[in-house]
Amino acid sequence: MNMYAIQTDQLTRVFGTVRAVDQITFEVDSGSLFGFLGPNGSGKTTTIRLLLGLLEPTQGKSSVLGYDPISQGDLVRQNCGALLEHTGLYERLTAAENLEFYARVFRLSSSERNTRIKELLTNMGLWDRKNETVKSWSRGMKQKLAVARAMLHRPKVIFLDEPTAGLDPVAASAFREDLQNLVRQSGVTVFLTTHNLNEAEKLCDRVGVIREGKLLAIGSPDELRLRNGNAFIDVVGSGFSAEVMRKLEQHTQITSVRQQDQHVRIQFETGFDSSSLIPLLVEQGIHIEEIRKGKSSLEDVFLTLMEEENVQ
Amino acid sequence: MFSDIITIIQKDLREILSARGSRKSSLIYLGIVVGLIGIFMPMQSGRIWLSEPIVPLVWSWFPVFLMISMVTDSIAGERERNTLETLLASRLSDRAILFGKIAGAVIYGWSISVISNLLAVITVNVTDPSGSFQFYTLSLFLILLFLPLVLGTLMSSLGVLVSLNAPTARSAYQKLSLVMLGFWFVPMFIINLAPESFKLQINQFLSNINMIQLAAIGIVLLIVVNIGLIWLAMQRFQRTRLILD
Repeated sequence: MNMYAIQTDQLTRVFGTVRAVDQITFEVDSGSLFGFLGPNGSGKTTTIRLLLGLLEPTQGKSSVLGYDPISQGDLVRQNCGALLEHTGLYERLTAAENLEFYARVFRLSSSERNTRIKELLTNMGLWDRKNETVKSWSRGMKQKLAVARAMLHRPKVIFLDEPTAGLDPVAASAFREDLQNLVRQSGVTVFLTTHNLNEAEKLCDRVGVIREGKLLAIGSPDELRLRNGNAFIDVVGSGFSAEVMRKLEQHTQITSVRQQDQHVRIQFETGFDSSSLIPLLVEQGIHIEEIRKGKSSLEDVFLTLMEEENVQ
Repeated sequence: MFSDIITIIQKDLREILSARGSRKSSLIYLGIVVGLIGIFMPMQSGRIWLSEPIVPLVWSWFPVFLMISMVTDSIAGERERNTLETLLASRLSDRAILFGKIAGAVIYGWSISVISNLLAVITVNVTDPSGSFQFYTLSLFLILLFLPLVLGTLMSSLGVLVSLNAPTARSAYQKLSLVMLGFWFVPMFIINLAPESFKLQINQFLSNINMIQLAAIGIVLLIVVNIGLIWLAMQRFQRTRLILD
């Protein structure tokens, strides 16, 4: 079995003067959950389209399950499931009819169709509503049904393009749980794009950060934190004058100081003894109510990467 | 590929039968259409409906409108409702999707046409009996079977090309309806405006001409045009180009 489910090499797609995807090279391990992070318009959806053979690359190449998406696009699409930017559900049809159609498209036998549809709709908690037309459903239910459709033919790779976009927090959390259960049960490779960093941190084994078509970083969330993130302390208190803030910013081992009302986050270089900051703050007349040590989240890493890119 | 085409046809038919909010209201609408062409109009015409080719042929345009609405709904409509990209991300080939959509529209309109023409036979026999069972002449019956088929294929293939460039299903439908109205009504309108002497000449020409022969020639010509249009649609309907659009 191929170690990598997805591989790209200098993959590039240009639209006119815009380099939507710019020489990206990465691998996704088989059976892993890979998150592709980036702001809107960063090239996430274009990458999925290239991997599914829906667009031709301008330059570079890619393979999905060892197949070339352009010359062997039918084999790629036969073995992949996709929930793209939109759910792609036929809203005039019922949930069962939607799944029935795609089960026929993927040539499931009659008995397999019935079993699989029942299994997926039951797992998603939608079995009792299988005969309702989809247009009357909430967005969360539609997303669940679209994921069920993507899993229907037991694909080896599933592409999910911002699957929790537009869902309320409760529905998004339930959706993540369902997705994890499904992935655990079936062992598929999931390629997920999102700009929800908490989601990526909770779900993904590895993440890639993309901006303006360029891959800025790739690794597990822990690796990215180690590589790009800093430790920090959060201080809640009063007396943070402009003068104090300036002094903190000038400190050689402090990398950034961010203030929001009475809350100040001070990030510093790895190895710096943060306890030495406390007397310094007291000396400057800061009245400390609470102090907490922490390490960067994926969100901090992401913001750092974006800032670095802005500076460049 | 054949089973994939059938799968697309079934899905598109299910969708169009739910397009008016529910299947019930769509079936009522189709019932009205069939009632108009299969009952009301033959009742007005009497037995000449079965013997004079011009009468049923004039009404054969109606099912073609149904085909137009279906093909625009199934291509421009799918893109508008954001379902086309997911369909393209499946294992179906471009040709299976394209042929499925054209065939679905043609089958839809053509079956309405066949049902209406057969219903017209019953209507005429009931409302204007002649003592024996009346039916179309064989040549007229064949024309009534094949003309909507080739005309529908023509409009459906054109529909694909128009739908691929139209922002919405509605605008594609409007453009195609105009083409259709042009085919049927512009010549009639021009003749009506012409001087009396010209009208007399046209009348004479039509009474001397063999309508069956004319329709047969028309069918052959339409088949040739259809082949060209389907080839064009095949060149245009390709995944990578569709996504770029």
